[in-house]
Amino acid sequence: MTNPSDYKYVRSHEWLCYVDDDRVRVGITDFAQQAMGDLVFVNLPIVGDMTTAGEPLCDVESVKSVEDIFAPVSGEVTAINEELMDHPELINAAPYDAWIAEISHITDTEELLDAAAYEAVCAEEE
Amino acid sequence: MELLFERSHSGRSLENIPATTVSEYQLPEQFARRTPLDLPSLAEVDISRHYTELSHHVHGVNCGFYPLGSCTMKYNPKIGEEIAALPNFTQIHPLQPAQTTKGCLEVLGLAQQYLCEITGMDAMSFQPAAGAHGEFTGLLLIKAYHHSRGDGAKRTKVIVPDSAHGTNPASATMNGYTTVNVPSNAEGGVDLDALRAAVGPDTAALMLTNPNTLGIFDKNILEITKIVHDAGGLVYYDGANLNAVMGLVRPGDMGFDVIHLNIHKTFGTPHGGGGPGSGPCGCKAFLAPFLPKDQIKENAEGYCLTQPAQSIGRVRSFYGNFLVVVKALTYILMLGAKGIPEAAQGSVLNANYMKTKLSEVYDVPYDGFCMHEFVLSLEKLKHETGVSALDVAKALMDNGIHPPTMYFPLIVHEALMIEPTETESKETLDRAIQVFMDIYHAATADAESLHQAPRHTTVRRLDETRAARNPVLKYTPDKD
Amino acid sequence: MASYIPMNEDERREMMDTIGISSLDEMYVNIPADMRVKKLNLPEGRSELETRRLMEKISAKNKRFSTIFRGAGAYWHYIPAIVGAVVNKEEFVTAYTPYQAEISQGVLQAIIVFQTMIANLTGMDVTNASVYDGASAAAEATNMCRDRKRNKALVSGAANPMVIDTIKTYCFGNDSEVELIPLKDGQTDINALAEMLDETVSCVYLQQPNYYGIIEDAEALAQAAHAAGAKLIMGVNPIAAALLKSAGECGADIAVGEGQPLGMPLSFGGPYLGFMATTNALMRKLPGRIVGETVDVDGKRAFVLTLQAREQHIRREKASSNICSNQNLCALTASVYLAAIGTEGLQRVAQNCYAHAHYLADKLAELGFVRIHKTPFFHEFVTRPPLAADKVMDLLAKHDILGGLPLANGDILWCATEMTTKEEIDEMIRILEEVAK
Repeated sequence: MTNPSDYKYVRSHEWLCYVDDDRVRVGITDFAQQAMGDLVFVNLPIVGDMTTAGEPLCDVESVKSVEDIFAPVSGEVTAINEELMDHPELINAAPYDAWIAEISHITDTEELLDAAAYEAVCAEEE
Repeated sequence: MELLFERSHSGRSLENIPATTVSEYQLPEQFARRTPLDLPSLAEVDISRHYTELSHHVHGVNCGFYPLGSCTMKYNPKIGEEIAALPNFTQIHPLQPAQTTKGCLEVLGLAQQYLCEITGMDAMSFQPAAGAHGEFTGLLLIKAYHHSRGDGAKRTKVIVPDSAHGTNPASATMNGYTTVNVPSNAEGGVDLDALRAAVGPDTAALMLTNPNTLGIFDKNILEITKIVHDAGGLVYYDGANLNAVMGLVRPGDMGFDVIHLNIHKTFGTPHGGGGPGSGPCGCKAFLAPFLPKDQIKENAEGYCLTQPAQSIGRVRSFYGNFLVVVKALTYILMLGAKGIPEAAQGSVLNANYMKTKLSEVYDVPYDGFCMHEFVLSLEKLKHETGVSALDVAKALMDNGIHPPTMYFPLIVHEALMIEPTETESKETLDRAIQVFMDIYHAATADAESLHQAPRHTTVRRLDETRAARNPVLKYTPDKD
Repeated sequence: MASYIPMNEDERREMMDTIGISSLDEMYVNIPADMRVKKLNLPEGRSELETRRLMEKISAKNKRFSTIFRGAGAYWHYIPAIVGAVVNKEEFVTAYTPYQAEISQGVLQAIIVFQTMIANLTGMDVTNASVYDGASAAAEATNMCRDRKRNKALVSGAANPMVIDTIKTYCFGNDSEVELIPLKDGQTDINALAEMLDETVSCVYLQQPNYYGIIEDAEALAQAAHAAGAKLIMGVNPIAAALLKSAGECGADIAVGEGQPLGMPLSFGGPYLGFMATTNALMRKLPGRIVGETVDVDGKRAFVLTLQAREQHIRREKASSNICSNQNLCALTASVYLAAIGTEGLQRVAQNCYAHAHYLADKLAELGFVRIHKTPFFHEFVTRPPLAADKVMDLLAKHDILGGLPLANGDILWCATEMTTKEEIDEMIRILEEVAK
């Protein structure tokens, strides 16, 4: 699967896409979902949570592991993708459609990579 | 196999309880439940045969070899079961007057005396019901101790090595502590420099298993405990691996301040398919004032229960899994001063024998003598053949052997952690070694056959993803 | 001395040769010599016969009562013969936790049956495979309710004192607060609760029937808790649950309890059985092991430990509980008990408890042992005795009867079950008549 060129990426394998200037949607990359295998649960954040760039936002579970999802930006969670509560497999099926949370009122941002730079990071890890 | 509920036939029952003869007393309707109870209707023969069938689909220590690392699945002497079933133990109410429970108190008193002698501790609470519960209790003692010195607010960190059992960091969290992981050194022990860098005025405790989960006795143990003490922290001994050294060296002499034991591992009491265990928490004298309520103590008339002055309170009702302590005391009395260290040596001999033989083909990532267990790494095998530790474990099942602990400790890739215990004969070990060898050769010749294992078990590999995504956690009759 | 090492000298020698050692001590090279135990101060080992004699002698120092009117957290009930026969099967006794599902279907099936029965009894959606005991179950339940904003548990003052202690100890561990709700006529005071509830309260714990045997108005307490955004935890007696409104019907978010009455002997306090049940919404916050249904690669129905990513061996420092083992053999005991006793049998046990306790209360009242509460009770109740409680106890003990539990203020907490029938009660009343009239 190719990483969409209009998305941005961080080294901890989350993607973000700008909905407008002060609002992003966040998810995990294809590389991350493949590494974790079949996801069985997404422990979604709560609307109103404040996030800090580079700090855990929430976590996702596979059968035998749990991984933190890191917030790529500092801000406030203004929406969550509730569909994932009952259907975590959507992340495996279409990681770039299955957004986890929407973060607004952004005050800080991690180092963002474009698709090519992110692919280089993945190649290094493989 | 049918579930018990699927064997139910309306109208069947055992009629084991008579109706009351004072039936004029009836619960007023306003308190009564509305939804009916729905227990199965069965005859006694149905129950007997059902559970007999279920018992045929369980691998117990009585069925065969059980080399499950860090779990010490030794043979469970039957005398312990009979002693624990004595009516004068089973029919004693926990709130009877003390003068009518002298026998029970003596059991706790003797168990405390002997286990303190084996561990080098000064007092022991039997309240914790399992190892993790003992860990929780031990860290509570540490927390209460730091608080009593006005140090509680600043000592917020518990250090654990990266080879630690998962319970260690989880116990730290339950006590409001932050976990600091320290790496292991090349020999599998604690990296002293990393430890020195990690300790400080914020250190509450170090939690350590020795021998550790790689089966290695840390030769720097005195230095390790000193580093932590010098920083004002205390040192906690996770007793999961005591079987290797019981009667030979004592945690108290290594510098540990507080410990828990896994009675159901080290002292021969059975695991019951996951409990009841017993996880007594022992400590040095300076921590005894913080022990849970109802602490056993010797007095002029025998033994009594006392309330420690600065007790942390209670971690459960009453005095712990008493009958399990009865079994452990029975075990200690039988083995005695000579048998306890002999059992430890036997466990180490069996482990080193298997390790020596298996290292002819399998990779053993850490050199030197092991203690009661050792870890194989199947990383190379997996890389070369695609056969993983999981595949090997599944293939062992087809040969009547319970798999070793898998994928633990986390610092070894494709780990299989093998603990044969002292109660296995040489022919059992030799057969197991042969099975391991055959599986290795099968992996190089026909990897696919191992991906298909097990073939001869009750069920084969399970769809665990399905179980976790759509949890079905009870039987529902109309779901089909 | 007994030994369980099946090894003769030749075999030992052969193994040492393989390893390349001439003495067993060589394997302990990492242990500093001066740290080694010089002399282990334990008695010499004994044969099985000698050990049995010694342990029998120790057990004989206990006094076993032929009739028991004491409960307070540990209850004297009948245990059908089939229970022991099943539970003592060696495979169940000696197996480890069923992590290897392929060779553990027997244990896993037994657990899902237990989970089904507890869900039914409590009227809740889901349960775990059991925890250590009722008190630790209550403490774990309060931990399930905490979040960043709500960090205070309100506990009924009519909960069992050991349960209260346990909750307090767990909360000392995780730095959360506990406050006791005052009582009114032996019942949790709902008006006092209403005043204590605020946005920092995570949960309300109440016991049904409570420590004094009184039936609480659980529905009203649940509504009050929910109105303030707190969760309701109900500690239920599983025998009483056969007749009383279930925790689910009362609106509880979590039901916990002590499972000892379901087939476990008194055993000086353990092993007992903690059960925990909750709603689907809180399922993933349940601590401990949980068994679920799935299929194997051939499509065959199978059972497996599931939702493991909640647990300490995966989540480590992020786990909300460190619990690993359940009380599996005790959970098996409870499920065989419930199967043997059946729906009508369990209702009958509960009816016996209720009727006998009320008959006992009436008879005691005639002797001047007056109930101190007017509120309705189930199978325990408190009286003020017409003479010192210890005199009552001593007299009864002479007749091999364990009387009710003397409380700190001199009152007595009595308990009746299906074991204390009209016959046993009448006998005790005759004995008490000697001194009380």
